[in-house]
Amino acid sequence: MSRALALALGAMVAALMLASLLIGPAGVPPGAAMRALLTGDDPLLTLVMREVRTPRAILAALIGAGLGLSGAVMQGYLRNPLAEPGLLGVAGAAALGAVITLQTGLAAVVPLALPAAALAGSAAAVALLAALAGPRGGSLTLILAGIGVSALAGAGVTLVLNLSPDPFAANEAMFWLMGSITDRSWSHVAIAAPFILGGMALLATQGRALAALTLGEEAAASMGFDLSRLRLVVMLGLAATVGAATAVAGAIGFVGLVVPHLLRRWVRASPAALLGASALGGAAMVLAADIAVRLVLPDRDLKLGVLMALIGAPFFLHLILRHRLAQS
Amino acid sequence: MKLMELTDLSLTRRGAPVLDGVALRLGAGECVGLIGPNGAGKSTLIRAAMGLERARGRSSLAAMAPGARARQVAWLPQARTVAWPMPVRDLVALGRLPHLARGTALPPGDRAVVENVLSRLGLADLADRPATELSGGETARVLLARALAQETPLILADEPVAGLDAAHQIAVMRLLRGLADEGRGVLVTCHDLGLAARFCTRIAVIDSGRIVADGAPAAVLTPALLAGVFGITARIEDGPEGLSLIPLDTLPERGAAA
Repeated sequence: MSRALALALGAMVAALMLASLLIGPAGVPPGAAMRALLTGDDPLLTLVMREVRTPRAILAALIGAGLGLSGAVMQGYLRNPLAEPGLLGVAGAAALGAVITLQTGLAAVVPLALPAAALAGSAAAVALLAALAGPRGGSLTLILAGIGVSALAGAGVTLVLNLSPDPFAANEAMFWLMGSITDRSWSHVAIAAPFILGGMALLATQGRALAALTLGEEAAASMGFDLSRLRLVVMLGLAATVGAATAVAGAIGFVGLVVPHLLRRWVRASPAALLGASALGGAAMVLAADIAVRLVLPDRDLKLGVLMALIGAPFFLHLILRHRLAQS
Repeated sequence: MKLMELTDLSLTRRGAPVLDGVALRLGAGECVGLIGPNGAGKSTLIRAAMGLERARGRSSLAAMAPGARARQVAWLPQARTVAWPMPVRDLVALGRLPHLARGTALPPGDRAVVENVLSRLGLADLADRPATELSGGETARVLLARALAQETPLILADEPVAGLDAAHQIAVMRLLRGLADEGRGVLVTCHDLGLAARFCTRIAVIDSGRIVADGAPAAVLTPALLAGVFGITARIEDGPEGLSLIPLDTLPERGAAA
């Protein structure tokens, strides 16, 4: 990634972080909000700033960065611009774990049972993926295994909703599945951050191997890159990052698909440079979308995942259209 | 100096032998043409030698640690894969990855190697074009440039001239021969027997997974071998311009079988 791009994206993330701290339903003037955050002179406002808005902004940035990076890794690994982090079924399995705790009422009784179950779900998905895909083999077996795990987890979620004796709990699960970071606390940051940051650190080590994969799997192997190790790292890194993101925020799609796509031409299509750029770009995108849900329908609790899909899908169609026009 | 040594390399797929006791040595200064009919095992031999396919027997390359091997031998696969629209220069620069301790950014010395290879293959004008928007022949040369940028003592090139026009076929074969003359080792598979005869210092013939002949082009490329292995007749002349071989026709029984 060029220094100019890194600076531009970094500045964007910083500005959006600040905006995320200053914009909210409380309608406090920015100066007073910042003073409350930094000095703690207004007890109520300080509580809002420090315990509500700060963890929310941090979560948005973390989740966005994790999903953006995961998307860039998946696209590089599969050498396909349509790949996205959800393909491995990790997010689906995390959602299944979460929905089960909501349905059984465990989530209401035990604090953090929901994110813990979601993380357990993604860990189970990785174990299943590893067993299905075997110790050797290329990306194709992994992706086929991922599609299988994804379908299984999706079936599990619908089964839980289907058999739900309690429409209220089913409704709650449905809303959770839409994806949101409203009303998250520092404990959510504490449970997600280690996994997301750890997973990202793991994924970020694979830039060179992903660059070599541009020439095909066997050419990359001939250049000294261990593809079995790459696959393992991709699997573990993605599970930690996407599993933890889903555990605290539900399903947030399109970030991992659109962000690498959008930034690819700015890094001259380099799969290695795309990793850092997509992490920053993903953070900016989720921060922006999370600000937008507060501004568009402030009193209707518009879900982040819904807004993301609403913006993401037409945007993606626009990209396809532009691609087609460029070719003709 | 010996760059590659294969001893009794054998590989069986679904019960059928694909490689059968292959022994092949390649030293510095040699440009060895590996020829044989379709399905004879040329590509499999190279992949097994690289250690990319598990085979019985011994390959000096497969025995090396992957990182060290990547600095000893560059492999140009037959499949011409370019996944992303990166500029040609960046794609060729991927060949320097085995020489970098970390990251993908090239130090000035490595950048000079890339520029050198680009101009040597006549690709300087294409350097900023997206590598996915090239013609088939241009892609082939760009990928060869990537392998050359790896700057290894040994180069294994699988069908480097397939799909190139006549001038570029000759240019690429002369380049490979030139590398051998500079003291590197080259193993090249090629379906054009005339090019192999002209530019290789040695010819190894593989048929049904066995090396059936190995030696100087003029000694190996005889009417009897061409008839037996390829089922063709050819005009072979060893004139003042070097060995020339022009395939003429298929032999009746082989032609009918095809």
